[in-house]
Amino acid sequence: MEFREHTLPNGLEVVAECDPRAHSMALGFFVKTGARDESTDVAGVSHFLEHMMFKGTARRSADDVNREFDEMGAHYNAFTSEEKTVYYAAILPEFQADALELLADIMRPALREEDFVTEKQVILEEIQMYQDQPPFGADDLCKATHFTGHPLGQSVLGTLESVGQLPVDKMRAYFEKRYSPENIALVAAGKVDFDALVTLATKQCGDWKKQDAARNVIEAPPHHGFQCVKKDGVTQQYVIQLANGPSATAADRFAAKLLATIVGDDSGSRLFWNLVDPGLTEHTSLGHYDYQGNGMFFTYLSCAPEDAAENMQRVLDIYRDVEAKGVTAEELEQAKNKINSRVVLSSERPRGRLFNLGSNWTHRREYRSVKDDLDAVDAVTVEQIAAVLKKYPLSVSTTVTIGPSAEVAAPK
Amino acid sequence: MAEPILSQKFDNGLILLGEPIPTAESAAFTIRVPAGSAFEPTGRGGLSALSTELAQRGSGARNSRQFVTDLDNLGVERDATVSDAHASFSGATLARNLLPALAIYGDVLRKARLPEDQFEAARAVCLQEVSSIEDDPAQKVMLELRRLHLPDPWGRNSQGEKAALESITLDEVRGYVESRFRPNGAIIGVAGRFDWQAVVDQVSRICDGWKTQADDAIKISSSGKRREHLTHESNQTQIGIAYNSVPYKDPDYFQAWGAVGVLSGGMSSRLFTEVREKRGLCYTVYATHQSLRDSGSVLCYAGTSAERAQETLDVTVGELLRLAKGIEPNELKRLKARIKSALVMQQESTSARSAALARDWYYLGRVRTLEETGKLVDALTCDTINNYLAAHPPANFTIVTLGSEPLEAPVGIS
Repeated sequence: MEFREHTLPNGLEVVAECDPRAHSMALGFFVKTGARDESTDVAGVSHFLEHMMFKGTARRSADDVNREFDEMGAHYNAFTSEEKTVYYAAILPEFQADALELLADIMRPALREEDFVTEKQVILEEIQMYQDQPPFGADDLCKATHFTGHPLGQSVLGTLESVGQLPVDKMRAYFEKRYSPENIALVAAGKVDFDALVTLATKQCGDWKKQDAARNVIEAPPHHGFQCVKKDGVTQQYVIQLANGPSATAADRFAAKLLATIVGDDSGSRLFWNLVDPGLTEHTSLGHYDYQGNGMFFTYLSCAPEDAAENMQRVLDIYRDVEAKGVTAEELEQAKNKINSRVVLSSERPRGRLFNLGSNWTHRREYRSVKDDLDAVDAVTVEQIAAVLKKYPLSVSTTVTIGPSAEVAAPK
Repeated sequence: MAEPILSQKFDNGLILLGEPIPTAESAAFTIRVPAGSAFEPTGRGGLSALSTELAQRGSGARNSRQFVTDLDNLGVERDATVSDAHASFSGATLARNLLPALAIYGDVLRKARLPEDQFEAARAVCLQEVSSIEDDPAQKVMLELRRLHLPDPWGRNSQGEKAALESITLDEVRGYVESRFRPNGAIIGVAGRFDWQAVVDQVSRICDGWKTQADDAIKISSSGKRREHLTHESNQTQIGIAYNSVPYKDPDYFQAWGAVGVLSGGMSSRLFTEVREKRGLCYTVYATHQSLRDSGSVLCYAGTSAERAQETLDVTVGELLRLAKGIEPNELKRLKARIKSALVMQQESTSARSAALARDWYYLGRVRTLEETGKLVDALTCDTINNYLAAHPPANFTIVTLGSEPLEAPVGIS
């Protein structure tokens, strides 16, 4: 296992973890752009653009792009988040050059108006699909409230209105500004030929023009609140809660992950034993998500509407209890065992390593081996977790509940 | 080159299968016992799910909490599911923890306590899962499609029915586990890094004193109904379409599977191109081959806004009908490339391989190596697939829709 890195003269960085024992490889372009980089008049453009990137280039049609990926037998896709847009392919090593040539080409898309009009329909369908699915938009609403006035509160999907009115020239302008080579990393993992990767990246991406693509990473000021939204035709009640947590650059983010595992993992956690195991809720969990400048603890709960108020109170009581008394050494040990196993399992496939590598690089320009992550998890102490709870109390949060109930009492 | 498949058949009927992957850091297991929803008495939908849930709430020396804690400490990423034919327990963990994990599941199979004080909680968990389907329109339409299209008991929703779950007694669960958690028909697959003899010894201990039970016949019946609309308040209309195909064990299976791959594998596939890329009708559209032991089906799904649902249904059915006219050489080339890379990548997942071992054994009574599968794929030609399609054209569709308004079945289809 060897880490390699190289920077092109235009600022594009190439990083790879080369594992000659792997059967396959994965590669992708990690672009540091997402919903937080959008002005309100183009809400949803990052995600819409992600779709448009597959719609052809100066020398390829949309059909060509799809066909050529499939000819390689590539497992390829893309996703957009609050702060990054990622285009990737998992392939057999013999296709490294073909896959890079194609991925690099689509990174300079044609953005043709007729494709834009058709694809807009697909995006509007995607937005409607999420409106019909739990948690029925409550996640976006909770984020918008929690990060009021800060770009992290912006929706990745946008709305039917914002996407519906978006003209193609605004997307083109956004692309020009954000897809600067300095804002992009080419990441690879698995059975990678790094020298060949750099040579081809230089040829394919060397003429991409550098632009200023700075981002506002000022920490969001905290907001809290409680909202209940009535939604007809829904059976269960859903609750989303956001609380502040360590950011992607904070040293205590590992303690935060262990805390979330102890308190709210899918199995064996405090929320599991008190709410899921007895069958009081269909689902209750706590997770930690980190961004540049901000982090958040994310609570998700679903249950019968008549039980929602009581269950929210149970969650709050559990949070207050852990804030007051901390976690036990035994709980910490169990959480470490779980996370260590997950780290190893998710690292067995090159595509698992790709996302880890890409996230670390785009957040911190840092390479971390599997062992680095395992060591960081092992080093966390009960005291460090107590310090996280003191700095970021779980009980202070923004809550949105959505479901058939017009009113749900806020926990006290 | 993949390692050979190891196997050990025990006198009581249990089969143990192993695929060594020496480069892996992990080992994974899949345990199937013949306690799937097809074996539930009529009107007891959910008995398998409730039994599976309760069996994990204390077994051998462990109570419910110790069971979870011990597995967590072993780092076992795990799942328990019920399908038509089986209750399955699967997990993956660091290679050194495989044997203790198997020992814990051995207790679930042999020494489930099925405690009274956990029964209502187990029931509540199962009821929560059934309730959650109500808010998941895509899942709901496909469950209903299976129920209509597949002969009973194979089309049952393995999560069960609310009314039945509410009335099942602890004695029923105890009786069901007693009779259905049996060695004959049970399959254990392990893949990854392990010492085969140690695994055989561990499973021998599990099998000690575990007696074979008499096989019982399953009575099959068909609803005969081919159209249904479920009214649901939503922006989108969900569309499910099914037609008959051949099962996994059929000599023509790879022809049928290949044809579905042309329809719905990759973004250059026909459904994705015609329904989504050219017309922008929906975000999700797919077709998938679904096999039972003795029959097969193709299940298709599309979800789209109500006003474009009719066009989506028409275009989708149009593509299914067009498939009968045959596939093109370039489509075959892409199909083979995708399957080939998927087969290689499967070697990088111990979980995927352990599941494949158990699946193959159930459907075929033996395991196909990745190499063997590769050869079968290499042998596909346009002619072989097109001959199959000419003899088995997609027809006799079962169509289920869910949304604000019903749709018209396209003209000219039966």
